[in-house]
Amino acid sequence: MFKKQSVSAYSKKVRAREASAEKTVTQLIDGQREPNKKLNAILEINERALQRAKEVDEGRFDKGRLTGVPILVKDNFCVAGQSATAASRILENFKPPYTAHCIQRLEDEGAIIIGKTNMDEFAMGSSNENSFFGPCRNPWNLDYVPGGSSGGSAAAVAAGLAPISVGSDTGGSIRQPASFCGVVGIKPTYGAVSRYGMIAFASSLDQAGTFGRSVADAALALEVMIDHDTRDATNVRTPFATLSTNKSLPLKGVRVGVVKEYMAADLNKELREAIEGNIETLKQQGCEIVDVSLPHTDYAIPVYYLVAASEASSNLSRYDGVRYGLRDLSSPTDEPLQDLNDFYKRTRSHGFGDEVKRRILLGTFSLSAGYFDAFYAKACQVRRLISDDFKNAYEKCDFIVGPVSTAPAFKMGEKKDDPISMYYNDILTTPASLAGLPSMSLPLGLSSERLPLGLQVIAPPFHDDKMVMFANALEELIGFTEVCNV
Amino acid sequence: MSSEYDVVIGLEIHAQLATQSKCFSAASTDFGLGHNENVSAVCAGMPGTLPVLNEQAVELSLKTALVLNCDVQKTSVFARKQYFYPDMPKGYQISQYERPIALNGYVDFYLDGEKNRVQLERAHMEEDAGKSTHFGEYTLINLNRAGIPLLEIVSRPEIKSAKQAAAYARTVRQALRYAEVCDGNLEEGSLRCDCNVSIKPKGQVELGTKVELKNINSFRFIEKALDYEIQRQIQCKMIGEPIVQETRLYDSVKNKTFSMRMKEEANDYRYFPEPDLLPLVLQQEDIERIKKTLPEHPTRRYERFVEELKLKPEDSELLTSEKALADFFEDVVAKIGNSQLVCNWVTGEFLRLFNDDESATWRNFPMSVSAFSELLEQVSNKTISANQAKEVLEDMWKTGQSASKIIKDKGLEQITDDSQIEKLVEKVLSENQDKVSEYQSGKDKLYGFFVGQVMKASKGQASPEVVNRLLKERLKK
Repeated sequence: MFKKQSVSAYSKKVRAREASAEKTVTQLIDGQREPNKKLNAILEINERALQRAKEVDEGRFDKGRLTGVPILVKDNFCVAGQSATAASRILENFKPPYTAHCIQRLEDEGAIIIGKTNMDEFAMGSSNENSFFGPCRNPWNLDYVPGGSSGGSAAAVAAGLAPISVGSDTGGSIRQPASFCGVVGIKPTYGAVSRYGMIAFASSLDQAGTFGRSVADAALALEVMIDHDTRDATNVRTPFATLSTNKSLPLKGVRVGVVKEYMAADLNKELREAIEGNIETLKQQGCEIVDVSLPHTDYAIPVYYLVAASEASSNLSRYDGVRYGLRDLSSPTDEPLQDLNDFYKRTRSHGFGDEVKRRILLGTFSLSAGYFDAFYAKACQVRRLISDDFKNAYEKCDFIVGPVSTAPAFKMGEKKDDPISMYYNDILTTPASLAGLPSMSLPLGLSSERLPLGLQVIAPPFHDDKMVMFANALEELIGFTEVCNV
Repeated sequence: MSSEYDVVIGLEIHAQLATQSKCFSAASTDFGLGHNENVSAVCAGMPGTLPVLNEQAVELSLKTALVLNCDVQKTSVFARKQYFYPDMPKGYQISQYERPIALNGYVDFYLDGEKNRVQLERAHMEEDAGKSTHFGEYTLINLNRAGIPLLEIVSRPEIKSAKQAAAYARTVRQALRYAEVCDGNLEEGSLRCDCNVSIKPKGQVELGTKVELKNINSFRFIEKALDYEIQRQIQCKMIGEPIVQETRLYDSVKNKTFSMRMKEEANDYRYFPEPDLLPLVLQQEDIERIKKTLPEHPTRRYERFVEELKLKPEDSELLTSEKALADFFEDVVAKIGNSQLVCNWVTGEFLRLFNDDESATWRNFPMSVSAFSELLEQVSNKTISANQAKEVLEDMWKTGQSASKIIKDKGLEQITDDSQIEKLVEKVLSENQDKVSEYQSGKDKLYGFFVGQVMKASKGQASPEVVNRLLKERLKK
């Protein structure tokens, strides 16, 4: 029902009593059952969604910008009374008594949280195969991964299980699954959306964002989530009041940067053709195409994995089996508990999956005495250089366009046992994350195998509103209308 | 102490800052509440929660840094100190590491009449951990204290004796209390002191192996624990036993230090900048604003009392030991002058009553300046005698009534009127003619008898001065 209708149009109808939120929510909850058995995109349906829909229909949220809009939320966001597992066994039964600030904002504007979506455990992964609750699948082809870590959120929107979903992006976790699933995914400037109530992976990189079937849909929800919050010290007041969700940027004279290093990457042929075709179209529309260089791109993956793993090793220390979450003191050999360290070891060994353990070890190592300077500290220095690369590039261009990943979605299991190759998936998304820049993915077309191809747009810091306007123009130009059927 | 060895002591003083809420959360710091009642989602390290720096904690840290003559750092950075312990909910403590809020600084104080100075290395902000109580099979955790703001004040390792260490610690406490940044209660743990101590052969430059002493909860014990530990280390040297780098706990009952006997793991805290908090940037105007709120330093005040008010060093020390007391003293002096008289009364009767009164505290000061001034005025203009004044003060303390009312009700005003006293003198002398003759023939000792009789006749109200003058005049005749 949202395949042709924008959420703002739908919300208007709900406010005018021309559409019933209760009916919509019922349809979605009933409608997701069968497809979700195949996709495993939704982990939990919010039992209170229907009750809330009734309240919406009673007119309790008639001033909202998202009145009656059903939204799915990645399972690393806290919603009071609902599970928040981050797809980890260690939080399997954890129900927070508080709601993440950005989710509260959505609810304040009348949105209805209908459930929680699958993801890579603690947002660590690029395929959604690292979930304790099993992998999520790509709705365009169930043999393929939906991308990650916000795989469930991307797949759900692509499959029509909800018009909008919330995700988080640390090194590409919104943009890459959006491109793999053929939907729009936006990551705002670091600091725009409060991180309060979002389960941390890497604090200096984590940002909440949205998925939608259109730029306007995703941007509308994001606009609501962007709000100054005193509970997050890294949250800032943005210079823009709205995201100009319905405005298109006139393309004439827009300076579009094409990154030498991104285009030199080992790109999939069809993807390269699609990107180059898009750049050509932009040129025809009057854009000025500028070649720019981000010379430190090659370092983005090692820098990202050192910074993110270091912060993660620290952020995940709190899962110790003392206060909440899993406490599993069993041992395969039934040995009695030795001491306090043994207590921690057992719970954490049982509670975390392989990839999470790998990153905790990597991060712990890089912060250790004797290695700190060579790894963590060095990574922070290079991060600054990567950031400076963008600063220099934006002297010559207004936006950067390019691929999101080097290829469309890959097959389930294809990279699961090769972490390095999996990490290199993020080579085109991590640079913008390290620089804190707003960036997004929008569908460009389908490959010959009918797998979505994505286009990435990266804007200067706090140009989120202009990026959305530019994306609106791109969207009209691309005219992607394909829909998948599960 | 053996003179063959130099003693090297460094102190780490953890001062709990007197904020309303915790360092990084809105939870209250109120102490009276039950277990785990002052705990928010942030204090408990719940998933998705984030720290936000308490402005008041910064202001109190800044004030302390200025009181301790530190170089305030315009930019300081919070870091995570990482280790696992059940009463530390996040698995790391937010602290300052490479860039603390204050560097250098010094504390001046007097010890045995000599001015001493201890140099400081740094002072940094950090959050407290919770409290574990062990019961054999299980452990209970109370997180009320988790996240309470602390300022750790680190001295340079240049303190030379246990006595100097204790005097330094006392002065730090006094300065913190003067600035109202910390209540300085060692017993309750709002001030905690860890001592690092080592010895080395006299004159040797290289430092000896240091031992850290913890669990010291009074100033007296700082001195005793260090003295014990220094002697223990000297003993070790003498019998050729190695001194082990370790943490030892002080047992005040046995007056001994004990090795904690924990597996000495070389802790790698894996410090790194706290990514949830921005660097703390102070503006010059903030520093200036706080500077204006600083009280006179207690040591400076002590010097002023000795030099300008000409009070004895021991009295000055006593008067300046608490800001409220020194303020009280000075306010009374400002009203009635005569600093020596006020000093005698404050250090004498006033403190005696204060110490005997369990309800009296410095915060809840038991006497107003005007009430006490009024009493001392009556003493200084001889309306009542010193002994009577003591009685009046006791009554004032008990009833809260004014000195003049008590004096009036009790009929204690001194009789200073010559004609009234003259009548009494006449009466006493005429009733004791024989003794007058004896006195006049040289029995000087009888003079006291006449004074006593006159005072008795006046029911003690006659001014002794007037009695003396008139008696002497009359007996000459």
